[in-house]
Amino acid sequence: MNRFLTLVGRDLRLALRQGSDATIAVMFFVLCVVLFPFGVGPEPNILARIAAGVIWVAALLASLLSLERLFQNDYEDGSLELLVLTPLPLEAVVLAKTLAHWLVTGVPLIVAAPLLAVLLNMEADGFGVLVLTLAVGTPVLSLIGAIGAALTLGARRGGVLLSLLILPLYIPVLIFGAGAIDAAILGLSPRPHILLLSGLLAGALPLAPWAGAAALRQAVE
Amino acid sequence: MPVFAGTDLTCLRGDRLVFTGLDFRVGSGEALLLLGPNGSGKSSLLRIMAGLLRPFRGRLAWDDAAVADDPDRHRGRAHYVGHLDAVKPVLTATENLAFWAALGGAPVPEERARAALARLGVPHIAGVPGRYLSAGQKRRLNLARILAAPAPLWLLDEPTVALDRAAIGLLEAIIAEHRAGGGMVVVSTHTDIALPGAATLHLDDFTPAGPDDGDDPGDDAGDDDEDTRP
Repeated sequence: MNRFLTLVGRDLRLALRQGSDATIAVMFFVLCVVLFPFGVGPEPNILARIAAGVIWVAALLASLLSLERLFQNDYEDGSLELLVLTPLPLEAVVLAKTLAHWLVTGVPLIVAAPLLAVLLNMEADGFGVLVLTLAVGTPVLSLIGAIGAALTLGARRGGVLLSLLILPLYIPVLIFGAGAIDAAILGLSPRPHILLLSGLLAGALPLAPWAGAAALRQAVE
Repeated sequence: MPVFAGTDLTCLRGDRLVFTGLDFRVGSGEALLLLGPNGSGKSSLLRIMAGLLRPFRGRLAWDDAAVADDPDRHRGRAHYVGHLDAVKPVLTATENLAFWAALGGAPVPEERARAALARLGVPHIAGVPGRYLSAGQKRRLNLARILAAPAPLWLLDEPTVALDRAAIGLLEAIIAEHRAGGGMVVVSTHTDIALPGAATLHLDDFTPAGPDDGDDPGDDAGDDDEDTRP
């Protein structure tokens, strides 16, 4: 457990010192959402109708943006080989790095989302559910993304490959995330959507580190 | 007394047979020197010993217990120093080192890190971020890693690259000390490094003779690893 926290702490420290990764994801998220009123026009009703979907799609793309670097730096400077060789199981290494990635890129998205919801004229009923679905959904995005990042390690143009590989797998998260908010706005219960989203998280939590570790072992060989 | 041994090891990289039928044995306090031309598989053998690479055939054993049966335990007793220095540019030398020491299970990582840097003759770089370190200083920092957390088996892949004469002397003394304490060392090298009483293993003795020997560009085994990565 101590080793796990040591690795999380080190990744957080690296991210904060480098700065760019954390801010780029949230800046991209904000800009992406802000573009929509320019594209579809400032009609408040239209914006309110598409708000949930737009925010979720933007969150999805923003989380994808930084995923490519999840293992890349460690792979290039040789740290990954040494992480494979530490007594900490590789599954825990993947989980620790994914957790650090989520804290750095996912949490700022959750904080920024309500502001963007105001910008898009989303109904106030949806705000709480928006934050809740993002809180449950963005860890799933990071976990699924970690598998892709590990698989595309060392590939040329890995970033493009990563998007093609991962985006289809993000679809269930998008459906239930945006669906929960729409349900809440229409006065229905968002509970089933949120439960399904939680189910995805419960599934990804053990499976993603396992699959990611297998891919990393292949990458360092 | 622990013994680390390999029998009938075969290494296949891509579709090229690097070495075959290789046996080695390192006992407590002993050292093994790997020699051979570029591409003869020194790095591959060290990676196999560390557990990064699976041998195509053959068996690695620690005290007659197969390493493949308990890879987690094997990782805890080996230190591997490869071609890459694993130094993070934004962390100071002490932070870099303390992280590896903590992962290796050292009780007071910062203290161990500072002591290890001093032992390698570079106490003054303790607070310097990785991006300002020279190649030689990075290498010393990477070597300090093996001192920061104790492990009985050291696997050093060309540790003398980028080191000056004084640092090589320090490294020789550190290895001698480790062996005196019952540790084992496997070193691959092209330069002269004094390892009194070390056994030597010429890897070209195990290279299979074949028609494809001539057209091999003879690049370094470390670079070879990169080429054959999937």
